[in-house]
Amino acid sequence: MERLAEMIPVFGQSLQETIIMVGFSLVIATLVGIPLGILLVITQGNHLFPNKWIYHTLNTIINVVRSLPFIILMVAIIPFTELIVGTSIGIEGAIVPLIVYTAPYISRLMETALHDVDRGVIEAYQAMGASRTQIIFRIMLREARPGIVLCLTIATIGLIGATAMAGAVGAGGLGDLALRYGYQSWDIEVMVITVVILVVLVQLIQSLGNWAARKLKKSS
Amino acid sequence: MIQLTDIHKSYTVGNKQVQALKGVTLNVEKGQIFGVIGFSGAGKSTLLRTINLLEKPTSGSVVVNGQNMLSLKEKDLRNARKKIGIIFQHFNLLSSYNVFDNVAEILRMNRVPKDVIKKKVEDLLRLVGLEDKANSYPSQLSGGQKQRVGIARALATDPEILLCDEATSALDPQTTESILELLLDINRKFNLTIVLITHEMQVIKKICDNVAIMENGVVIEQGSVLDIFSNPQQQTTKNFIKTIFDDNVPSEIVDNIKQSGPAAKILRVAFRGDAALDPVLGTLSARFPVSTNLLYGSITSIKGTALGILLLHISGEEKDVEAGIQFLRDSVYNVDIVSREGGSN
Repeated sequence: MERLAEMIPVFGQSLQETIIMVGFSLVIATLVGIPLGILLVITQGNHLFPNKWIYHTLNTIINVVRSLPFIILMVAIIPFTELIVGTSIGIEGAIVPLIVYTAPYISRLMETALHDVDRGVIEAYQAMGASRTQIIFRIMLREARPGIVLCLTIATIGLIGATAMAGAVGAGGLGDLALRYGYQSWDIEVMVITVVILVVLVQLIQSLGNWAARKLKKSS
Repeated sequence: MIQLTDIHKSYTVGNKQVQALKGVTLNVEKGQIFGVIGFSGAGKSTLLRTINLLEKPTSGSVVVNGQNMLSLKEKDLRNARKKIGIIFQHFNLLSSYNVFDNVAEILRMNRVPKDVIKKKVEDLLRLVGLEDKANSYPSQLSGGQKQRVGIARALATDPEILLCDEATSALDPQTTESILELLLDINRKFNLTIVLITHEMQVIKKICDNVAIMENGVVIEQGSVLDIFSNPQQQTTKNFIKTIFDDNVPSEIVDNIKQSGPAAKILRVAFRGDAALDPVLGTLSARFPVSTNLLYGSITSIKGTALGILLLHISGEEKDVEAGIQFLRDSVYNVDIVSREGGSN
């Protein structure tokens, strides 16, 4: 018990590292992923800006990036990471690959969420003379809000999983703690507690996401 | 107001060419309610959507309010579309907006000042009878109420034309009636030109001035609703009218009549307007030695004009029957001799 009390700062430190990594990567990956998701939808045939070339190029790139396991991706883009943040280790070194890993994931989820917006509704506003930009920003994004929230919830949870592997470049975090103490030193107690913290964190995020989506749906 | 000339539309499904429209020409006058009726797949929805160019025709010309729609640049087309409202079978409302915002959003997009929007939306909701539902969401409304929101939204941009894409097809008969009343009301109030497509003859009969009947991508017959109802030419038209005047004579009766003498005939007699009230049949039997027997009779009103349809069995000497039929032809709107094989052809 005493030992666990000593460990509290360690848990705190790791939790903080996880939150920083997830928070940063999530914000930037969302900023990249949402426009890409929109582009994936509107460049399809019959949509607002049909363009085969953009669609197929984007589609292929996203598929390729999403096929790579995170640990491989992280190593593969080390030169790119160094170019962007000047280092390939630590939290900064982990955030770049986390973004590269998550942005395509978010754009795929966004594509699904935006596809759920009724084509008839889009058509109705086209018929009323709304511009394509107005349709994207005032109709599609707004109507897809519940789906977008759920998509970001899934992406956040995926990110938490990926940060566990970021320990490999010395970025720390809860996953790294579980690996070092549990897997490498066979410290069951620390490992179990870390896992419990992770489970609670994931539960909280999922419940929050579900609640927000329900709130937005207004289907009372 | 709307001139569609020789509209063709074809598209490819898989690797098959489908011809949805094969040379359709229509002319809709200002203030008219123009109905297009046809079975599903006849091309009527495609036709309606060429008016605001939601469907671009493969060839032909679309002139709306004097403007050649096909030559417009994107921005001008958008402005032209603001003068053409549209309502849909499945309403196509924004689920994340309440009723007020559903009507207001297009005005916000058009940068109408806030206080103007508020007044306009309130007026429109009053017009469609939903002033107490401004804060409800579409999911809380019935089908008829949703269509009323659709109508209010379509009228928000002060259009001169309203397109109705099967607007009552998802509604029950009573709600359909009330929505049609509302359409008739706004047609009169704003002298709004309405083009509607439907597969229900009841809708045509209730509110349309003119009708076009479509089949396989062509208009097979068109004219005023009264003319089409009293004297239909095409089989499909007759079939649609039968959904209202079910004047089918059972074949046993036709057989009986055939046996009753070579001169016996079944006549479909259409009366219109005041003639519907004249005692023509009395005069017929008084002046000609023929016997008549009433098989079917119905009277209805189409846009304020009475229309009566009778099926008569007439028999007697051949020359008397002929003379009697001639007398009827001179006295009433239209007389058709129903084929001896049965059915009213």
